[in-house]
Amino acid sequence: MSLRDTLFTPAEQTALFDHTFLARERLEEQYASLPHQSETAAFGMWVFLATEVMFFGTLFLAVGAYWCLDPQTIELASLELNWKIGSINTFVLLASSLMMVLAIHATQLNQQKQAYRYLLITAGLGICFLGFKAVEYYIDYRENLIPGFKFDDAEWIARGVDASRIGYVKIFLFLYWVMTGFHALHVTIGIIAVSVMAVLTRRGRYSREYYSPLDVTGLYWHFVDVVWIFLFPTLYLLGTHTL
Amino acid sequence: MTIATLPPPAPLPAEPPAERSNYLNVSYGVVSWLLTKDHKRIAILYLISVTAMFFLGGAAISIVRLHLITPQGALVSADTYNRLFTMHGVIMVFFFLVPVAPAVLGNFCLPLMIGAKDLAFPRINLLSWYLYVVGGAWTLYAMLTEGVDTGWTFYAPYSSQATHYNVVPTLIGLVLAGFSSLFTGLNFIVTTHWLRAPGLTWFRLPIFVWAMYATSFISLLAVPVLAMALILLMLERLLHIGIFDPALGGDPLLFQHLFWFYSHPAVYIMILPGMGIVSEVIPCFARKALFGYKFVACSSLAIAFLSFLVWAHHMFVAGITLYAALIFSCLSFLVAVPSAIKVFNWTATLYKGSIAFETPMLFCLGFVALFTSGGLTGLFLATLGVDMHVHDTYFVIAHFHFIMVGGMVMAYMGGLHFWWPKMTGRMYSQWWSRLAALIIFVGFFLTFLPQFVVGYNGMPRRYYQYVPEFQVWNVLSSAGASILAVGYLLPLGYLFYSLRYGPRTGDNPWGATGLEWQTSSPPPRDNFAVTPTVYRGPYEYDTGKAQNEP
Repeated sequence: MSLRDTLFTPAEQTALFDHTFLARERLEEQYASLPHQSETAAFGMWVFLATEVMFFGTLFLAVGAYWCLDPQTIELASLELNWKIGSINTFVLLASSLMMVLAIHATQLNQQKQAYRYLLITAGLGICFLGFKAVEYYIDYRENLIPGFKFDDAEWIARGVDASRIGYVKIFLFLYWVMTGFHALHVTIGIIAVSVMAVLTRRGRYSREYYSPLDVTGLYWHFVDVVWIFLFPTLYLLGTHTL
Repeated sequence: MTIATLPPPAPLPAEPPAERSNYLNVSYGVVSWLLTKDHKRIAILYLISVTAMFFLGGAAISIVRLHLITPQGALVSADTYNRLFTMHGVIMVFFFLVPVAPAVLGNFCLPLMIGAKDLAFPRINLLSWYLYVVGGAWTLYAMLTEGVDTGWTFYAPYSSQATHYNVVPTLIGLVLAGFSSLFTGLNFIVTTHWLRAPGLTWFRLPIFVWAMYATSFISLLAVPVLAMALILLMLERLLHIGIFDPALGGDPLLFQHLFWFYSHPAVYIMILPGMGIVSEVIPCFARKALFGYKFVACSSLAIAFLSFLVWAHHMFVAGITLYAALIFSCLSFLVAVPSAIKVFNWTATLYKGSIAFETPMLFCLGFVALFTSGGLTGLFLATLGVDMHVHDTYFVIAHFHFIMVGGMVMAYMGGLHFWWPKMTGRMYSQWWSRLAALIIFVGFFLTFLPQFVVGYNGMPRRYYQYVPEFQVWNVLSSAGASILAVGYLLPLGYLFYSLRYGPRTGDNPWGATGLEWQTSSPPPRDNFAVTPTVYRGPYEYDTGKAQNEP
């Protein structure tokens, strides 16, 4: 039970906090109170994330389907992906998620300055992720891993892929580009959202009483993180890598 | 059965009182409409765009039906024919049937029915209309410049190989329209969970709200899969990587699985709202409580759940294994159970009711008849052995048109006529509207009953020519289509007429008990002057007490 709950009855809380200028500024007409609005917004984001799961789920299904059709070839193709940069990126994203949690925690404690710093770090780590990803894409380009654009059948035959199975290699790499591409798109949207939240936090827009947009952005950011957690093993770790 | 008519609307006072403030007259001008956050105005925007799409899709198929009057084909070249039926399918499915009931009637009625001031996310609601419009523009651009000849199903590898047709712009349009229905669904689910009026428990919700909830659930989970499948198809076309094309190493079955994983549940996105409308209209005009309320409510959820388990019954002859086909066949039969629960409950509601044959009721009774016929033939198609023979024939066409056109369009017309006085405050001509209901019913039967016969005898769908033995049936069908066209054009006339010349109705012309009728018609901007408190279920016609009467 918070201090506020001990000091005031629910009716007094409504009168004191929910009907303040804050509520007048931020409360949409269809909601009864700010907590009502915040909870609805969070619920809406959860529902949206369910649709995102289905969106990425389709691609996971496609990888699974082709992996079942020809596991050996798909594993050979997976071995060529750059698992080292992938691992670093996993840690970068996990760390950024932690920073997001800390930012929300700081806001709950009314420490807007701290929250602002944490949000900047969150966005910075997101940019780091994209930087590493860009380096990885460049290495992929150098190693002829772009089917339909820069791809060499002979290399794959030399790696032990049957000539009739090159199609599966192409499909896997194609899915790799689509999946990481869509994920990178989500990261980019997330960075923009987190940056906006950072600016607004800096202006003191969010406080213990109301930080719903920050909360919702956090949910989205964690989701982007979770997608990567599943994406990384599904694409990079199908075969046995050696150091 | 007692037959009684409703008391006529309250007589008009000699001098109509000064118009009350409502959502239509609260502000004027194009901008106030295009930037509105009001769910009622967005519903009207949808109503206009969806109606335009309906008549475009209808025009395309009218040419096809005229063409099929002679066995050699009377009117257009084979290429044009393919583009026309594709245009019909794409527009009717993605731009009419999927959005029509949720985006028009749901948008307008759902917040009113649950006593809310608006949907949870009004800006997202407006965004979804813009997505619909932009998506529609892309699709129309593609259809009207070079056209698409793949059929509405876009089966790979045909759709990814043919290079001379506008598949990619069409797909962009469909993905945008898909996100439009997804956002509408998201809004409805969140609104139903969080913005119900005090006292409005889950089992006091009108069945229409339950139907919207189930529909939204399907949209949310199925649309992303379609979007991703279509994006992969676009990438395959653009980059020539074979994800679906077997010549490039892909698997065409994967496309069919992904496509039907959306498109079979989408069938229930189209029909569930219709069932909701009928469940509102029948109790109102039978003056009886809906029989088996909880069963009707839960059967909507059951249909939504089962809809995700039956998609491969579209693929019995596509090369899936026999065991998979058997399982999907059995699962498809299961859908009949919740559907039948609904039909039996509507029938039981009518039993010993005092039935008034007002226009909405006529449409909804038509729905029950046509939906039952369409549903029963669906059981034929779910049967593995029978489907092998009638797959891809006119039998399938007739079956799903009985559900989609006979069922859903009838129900939509019923809903539109039921809520028209709510939306506009005016009443349309009873005589003309009853005539339209009758014409649509007769025209519909004449159009699609012959198609069962030719289909059962083996006439394949989508063919440009046919053997002369089938000509009689095809001429009958085309004649029916022209009657149907008259039936659909009539409402356009008398509804428009009523906007200006129709008599003003009271707030509740049908004497309905639902919450949406307990505010003024047309409703004020904020829907209710004071947030209502709900004391009872939605269909207490036995006592005649409204939901907010203590």
